[in-house]
Amino acid sequence: MDSDQGQRFLLERPKRKNPVLRTRLPTLPPAARSRIALGLTAAAAMGRFELQQCKDCGTVQYPPREACQKCLSVKLIWKILPDGGELLARTVLHHSNDLFFRERLPWHLGLVKLDCGPTVVAHLHDSVEKRVRIKAMLDRAGQAVLAALPEKEVNVAEDRQLREFSCDPKFRKVFITDGKTGLGQELVKKMASAGADLIWVGHSEPWKKFKGFDELAKIPQVTLLPLDLTDSKNVREVAAEIGAKVDIVVNNAEHHRAFGIANRAGIETARAEMDVNYFGLLRLAQELGPVMRARGADGQSSAVAWVNVLSIYALANFPPHGTFSASKAAAHSLAQCLRAEMRPAGVRVVNVFPGPIDDEWNQLQPPPKVTPAALAAAILRALQDGIEDVYPGDVAQEWLARWRDNPKALERELSA
Amino acid sequence: MRQGYQGVAVAVPVTVPYVRYSIRAAHWWLARGLSELISRSGVKKDEIDGLSVSSFTLAPDTAIGLTQHLGLSPRWLDHLPFGGASGVVALRRAARAVQSGDAEVVACLAADTNHVDSFRLTLANFSQFARDAVYPYGAGGPNASFAFLTAYYMAQYGAKREDFGKLCVAQRANALKFDFSLFRKPLTLGEYMAARPIAEPLHLFDCVMPCAGADAFLVLTEERAKSLKLKYATLRGTIERHNAFASDPVQMRAGWALDRDELYAQAGAGPADMDFVETYDDYPVISLMQLEDLDFCAKGEGPAFVRKHTFTHDGSFPLNTSGGQLSVGQAGAAGGFLGMVEAIRQLTGEAGPRAVNDAKLGLVSGFGMINFDRGLGSGAAVLARAT
Repeated sequence: MDSDQGQRFLLERPKRKNPVLRTRLPTLPPAARSRIALGLTAAAAMGRFELQQCKDCGTVQYPPREACQKCLSVKLIWKILPDGGELLARTVLHHSNDLFFRERLPWHLGLVKLDCGPTVVAHLHDSVEKRVRIKAMLDRAGQAVLAALPEKEVNVAEDRQLREFSCDPKFRKVFITDGKTGLGQELVKKMASAGADLIWVGHSEPWKKFKGFDELAKIPQVTLLPLDLTDSKNVREVAAEIGAKVDIVVNNAEHHRAFGIANRAGIETARAEMDVNYFGLLRLAQELGPVMRARGADGQSSAVAWVNVLSIYALANFPPHGTFSASKAAAHSLAQCLRAEMRPAGVRVVNVFPGPIDDEWNQLQPPPKVTPAALAAAILRALQDGIEDVYPGDVAQEWLARWRDNPKALERELSA
Repeated sequence: MRQGYQGVAVAVPVTVPYVRYSIRAAHWWLARGLSELISRSGVKKDEIDGLSVSSFTLAPDTAIGLTQHLGLSPRWLDHLPFGGASGVVALRRAARAVQSGDAEVVACLAADTNHVDSFRLTLANFSQFARDAVYPYGAGGPNASFAFLTAYYMAQYGAKREDFGKLCVAQRANALKFDFSLFRKPLTLGEYMAARPIAEPLHLFDCVMPCAGADAFLVLTEERAKSLKLKYATLRGTIERHNAFASDPVQMRAGWALDRDELYAQAGAGPADMDFVETYDDYPVISLMQLEDLDFCAKGEGPAFVRKHTFTHDGSFPLNTSGGQLSVGQAGAAGGFLGMVEAIRQLTGEAGPRAVNDAKLGLVSGFGMINFDRGLGSGAAVLARAT
């Protein structure tokens, strides 16, 4: 190898954009996959490395396939497998047949023999030696790819190549829709310490100072801005002001009141939940989505991600919080639509499904509850790591496992 | 041991002159190949009762659709989208057809067209495994796959870029004596070494250039060939193998290593008896692997073998005497026929200025289909001058 070696990539603050020059349009890496190969994507979306393993003879398979190459069994199960391997050969591409890579050459690739059996082609982290660990991550097209990393812990967002697949807030401009809550304030701190360039923080009642307001205002990157997601005109004005600069949206604003159907008369509370949790997302997406799509490849700090703080109750209704669950299910469905619409621009929609957050609206929920700080940390890690479905906390993980195992059983359990 | 290939004649080597880009469909190129076979052999069109077709860009058609397109009514039909293995495989199967009487005259055709964007589209949809597990990784196509093999081979066996360069330079010299080669300028080792990198350690002259073109030949019985007064070569032996050594972590050998003893036993001759060799050469490393696996030298001794020999048609080891794909161009699946038609020319006295002196016996090798991380198909044939 004679080129591009030994020069460690150092992420630098991007130069101010020249507004006269044309904004580069987004391109995506090749996105076509067979249906069976989407199993890799399903695991990578949650940050897992899974390959197919034969239930009958145990052979690990790659590339994904329909039948075991050894015993022809069709019982191939996606499983988390040891991620260690050995780098057999490497290459540096100076030519590509695809626009996305052509714009990003030279590109380093490796051929890796996994300890669990197969040989794989992988994108290379720039500090890999002989021993590697393989990570499945979503690329800019939202499809899973394998990356070979050094054995030691690294932040993939700090690698020249793998950064292309991450949504790292460093040097990016972040918009957090609600600064009033514990989660909102933790998110601001996390984004600031991760190197975000500017952080706009919404607050819906500008006539009064919320708890923690002064602390937020002291953080140099922060600009507080009045934002009411139930007010279409206000959302439009905010989007007009900052929309063309936002690289990452974290929509954490929510309206949460407990109880199901029979415990309340009328629909006012349920309508208020829908107005923030569902229509709020819709208003925001209509105003900010198009401009973010146009900026999907706008230099080093392009528009990259849209985070929705949903709820694990979006998967299955939790009757004591029945109308809130319904509003989050609606928001989840809409977020899938948003994901499809943002995908051509390479802007990742990250859906976060926390269990009960340790706040006043979950007072009666027994522990464990996810703390705002832990939730904010999980969101930051998802952005840096290339994950799009996040289930933070023990409750969310347990519900997810029960739901994946048997959604009907979970419904019955929740109605007990 | 399996039945031999006695009584089979291989004749009428046709190359439809290659071009870098063509606005024609694959059907046009296949038609040109067939029409050349007919006009040069004197066989009537409706006497062709066997047809073997190799092509990628024929899609959505296959060989059967081509029969209607070209107005043929064969009673034996083969479709072989096997890339670089297709020449040897077409010959082997056609030989069995004429031996058994399933067909009397088999036209073996290979062609691909090349529009400006054809190559990218072929790569993007080459195979399920390639689409799922290779193309999303930089979309380098076969360059990237062969870069891994070349890097590993160099590290394992001590090959240097100069070794690969020596083959490329010799093949260019051969190509200058072949009217249909697309590369018409001499190549020096200095130019080879100074070329720009494509997928390290591969540089420009290590990589074939995609183009459009067609190659074709006839397979028939020796009696029939004689009655038509055709010059022909005979088939002394041939092997075919797919997905050999699947558990090797990286491909350093292919099916030849498994079947070569049987090949040479059929042929009644060994590697030392070959007057020339035509390898499949989309990248030079694969030529070295074929020379090793076909026992011209031991595994890992390819580099030493290269340093010891000269490879022009008049050299100590005539190799890819028409220039190979590296200097003629790679017309898709026709690339798998290039060595075959050249071997027939060498053995029927049609090689003109690049004739190998007194060539009586030649070996043609095929290799094809990088489905994921390695080439799956391999084959070889020993052809002889008819006596």
